[in-house]
Amino acid sequence: MAVKKSNNTLKLQFDTSRQYAPAPESASIASIKSRYELFINGAFVAPTEKKYFNTINPATESVLSSVAEAGKKDVDKAVVSARTALNKYWKKMPGKERAKYIFRIARMIQERAREFAVIETLDGGKPIRESRDFDVPTAANHFFYYAGWADKLEYAFPNRKVQALGVAGQIIPWNFPLLMAAWKIAPALATGNTVVLKPAESTPLTALKLAEIIQEADLPPGVVNIITGAGSTGAAIVQHPDINKIAFTGSTDVGKIIQRAIAGSSKKATLELGGKAANIIFEDAPLDQAVEGVINGIFFNQGHVCCAGSRLYVQESVYKIVLQKLKDRLETLIVGDPMDKNTDIGAINSKQQLETIQKYLQIGQKEGAEMYQSSCALPKKGFFCRPTLFTNVAQSSRIAQEEIFGPVLAIQTFRTEEEVIEKANNTPFGLSAGVWTDKGSKIFNMTSQLKAGVVWANTYNKFDPASPFGGYKESGFGREGGLHGLSAYVHLI
Amino acid sequence: MVSNQTIVIPDFRQTPRVDQVGIEERAARITKRSLKKETKLNGLLLALNMIDLTTLEGKDTQGKVKQLCYKAMHLHDSYPGLPTVAAVCVYPSMVKTAKTALGNSGIKVAAVATAFPSGQAPRDVKIRDTKFAVQEGADEIDMVISRGKFLEGEYHFVFDEIASIKEACGNARLKVILETGELGSYDKVRRASDIAMYAGADFIKTSTGKISPAATLPVTLVMLEAIRDFYYQTGKMIAMKPAGGISRSKLALHYLVMVKEILGDAWMNNEWFRFGASSLANDLLMQIVKEKTGVYQSKDYFSID
Repeated sequence: MAVKKSNNTLKLQFDTSRQYAPAPESASIASIKSRYELFINGAFVAPTEKKYFNTINPATESVLSSVAEAGKKDVDKAVVSARTALNKYWKKMPGKERAKYIFRIARMIQERAREFAVIETLDGGKPIRESRDFDVPTAANHFFYYAGWADKLEYAFPNRKVQALGVAGQIIPWNFPLLMAAWKIAPALATGNTVVLKPAESTPLTALKLAEIIQEADLPPGVVNIITGAGSTGAAIVQHPDINKIAFTGSTDVGKIIQRAIAGSSKKATLELGGKAANIIFEDAPLDQAVEGVINGIFFNQGHVCCAGSRLYVQESVYKIVLQKLKDRLETLIVGDPMDKNTDIGAINSKQQLETIQKYLQIGQKEGAEMYQSSCALPKKGFFCRPTLFTNVAQSSRIAQEEIFGPVLAIQTFRTEEEVIEKANNTPFGLSAGVWTDKGSKIFNMTSQLKAGVVWANTYNKFDPASPFGGYKESGFGREGGLHGLSAYVHLI
Repeated sequence: MVSNQTIVIPDFRQTPRVDQVGIEERAARITKRSLKKETKLNGLLLALNMIDLTTLEGKDTQGKVKQLCYKAMHLHDSYPGLPTVAAVCVYPSMVKTAKTALGNSGIKVAAVATAFPSGQAPRDVKIRDTKFAVQEGADEIDMVISRGKFLEGEYHFVFDEIASIKEACGNARLKVILETGELGSYDKVRRASDIAMYAGADFIKTSTGKISPAATLPVTLVMLEAIRDFYYQTGKMIAMKPAGGISRSKLALHYLVMVKEILGDAWMNNEWFRFGASSLANDLLMQIVKEKTGVYQSKDYFSID
């Protein structure tokens, strides 16, 4: 019996022998080549300098494939092919024809959804449940959504003439590789731009798979070029004189470098950078759903989410009960093999990122915060981190100020609405926030005062292609998604 | 056990709120758990052992009840080693028949009482109904709450009624049916759960089976969370019984996952969790046999009842 004499010792039994048998998704669905070349001008071509790098599975540390590293010359080739495609085909093509290609890409992603999901999980370490239920369908939705806009741009911007910017250089991160590619490519194509896209070096495979689809979809050669490489490849894209627009999603540090690099040029830019979102629970909130939202807000994709709700503010009157509920929920999160359908938290994307997270765990403890981790066992191989809560955190703690980008939640308490607004806005970032309360008027007050690009009320991490996304302050500028996402790729005359 | 004096009766107008979107998402997330091999088989066997095999019809006869009781004890004799169901659930007039038929099999007899299913009768009638069933030998009483009074905001009436039926039950365990399909919102389900538990329910139960919708995963989740909060408040474990609309094994397994992940292992047995169902048993049997033999058999290999 779980009943104990005193309330202090009451505990529900979650850490028992009654565990789920393995339910692995089959890796054999995915065909991964042993080597990938650069996708330039509609064909896969070897890099000029013949350099390649390995991409590994972070859950097993085994090599998945060897991927071409694009040098300056390759970037140039890609930009030339994008420019040629722009002038030769894409600029002249009516919107409804462009739409057909984008629709085709969307459908092909859906048709090969399972393969995409498996590759995304193998290459990035995220649980198959998330790549299957979130990444891949949402990516397809973005293509569908923007395909619909391609022939309706004059309605998107009434009484204005819409002109494409030209060649867009797009650099995407490793946390949602396919989805970020979709966020970048779909609106660019819909508005008549051509693209040079660089996926992150640790997760290039789904973007390359997308290149195969684009080839099969018979897009005019050069409209989309996908080149792989590390930071230097990205720098070459940013500095290339014939690129009209830079779209970047990634860290605030790199965002600053990019902005310096393009200063004084005519390049337009949208930057979607880091975040340190506040999730705010008021005493009148539906607490169980709030706790679930907080858990999803910080542990979704191992916390590798720029809009992760990494700071939790709980009103003091419900602090104890919320903490109890958080700890109970933590115990039922399954950490382990990302390919297992029951896994909630997969592998940390890279060794480097794991070390960053571990560094912050030490900083948090040194700062006097109390660390609580779930009791789950971790796999021996691969990069894993237990879901972690920090209590006793001060506003001035580094773990409450800096972006950790891992499954680590810093919990603080507050007393009044004014106090929490002030604390929540007291950060260099401003990407997202969450508000949990049963009272509608409070929601409106909070959402109008929180300095964040996205504020979710009684939910978290909801993404819809029709809804714009982007940040304030050091979280970047420009919006992706929705109508706003179109305007980042057009001149209005 | 924590003594009753330490239990503070809360203001039921202030019960915790439930967010509809959030609770439905959480319930949907639970259905994403994938149960394979021995986990699946163990789950199927456990679910079988948690069934309250039910017949609640105007046309029930002694003959029908006797056959049902035999089935309760001998679910599928060609597959040795199967558990029995947990209980047989009948109207009070059939309790004696069921009790005699089940003998010392260990299977409980549950009786629906208190003017089931509408509950539209004076309190003294409900108490007599209950006492009669207990005298006839019922081990468990499934009562219905007065939904009309509840929706009028007469929470004290509902509370007092449950408390008086609990008293009439004596040693029989009391299941309180909220009839969630008539309550209209998750907030109300949560409030009714809290009232029932504080008034002395041993079980809270979703539905009579006579109203649609009957049990659903989100409604059950609301009730399980109420049970968990009550447990942390008082130290008392309350049992749960979703009833009606659960006829497939897969759905039953989703319920078990929910119990495991919300309340933990202490609730994973038929003392603390039941399924009110009749056709579920055969679907479970078909799946269990399939797990063993690798092939599905025709329905005709499984006895109806």
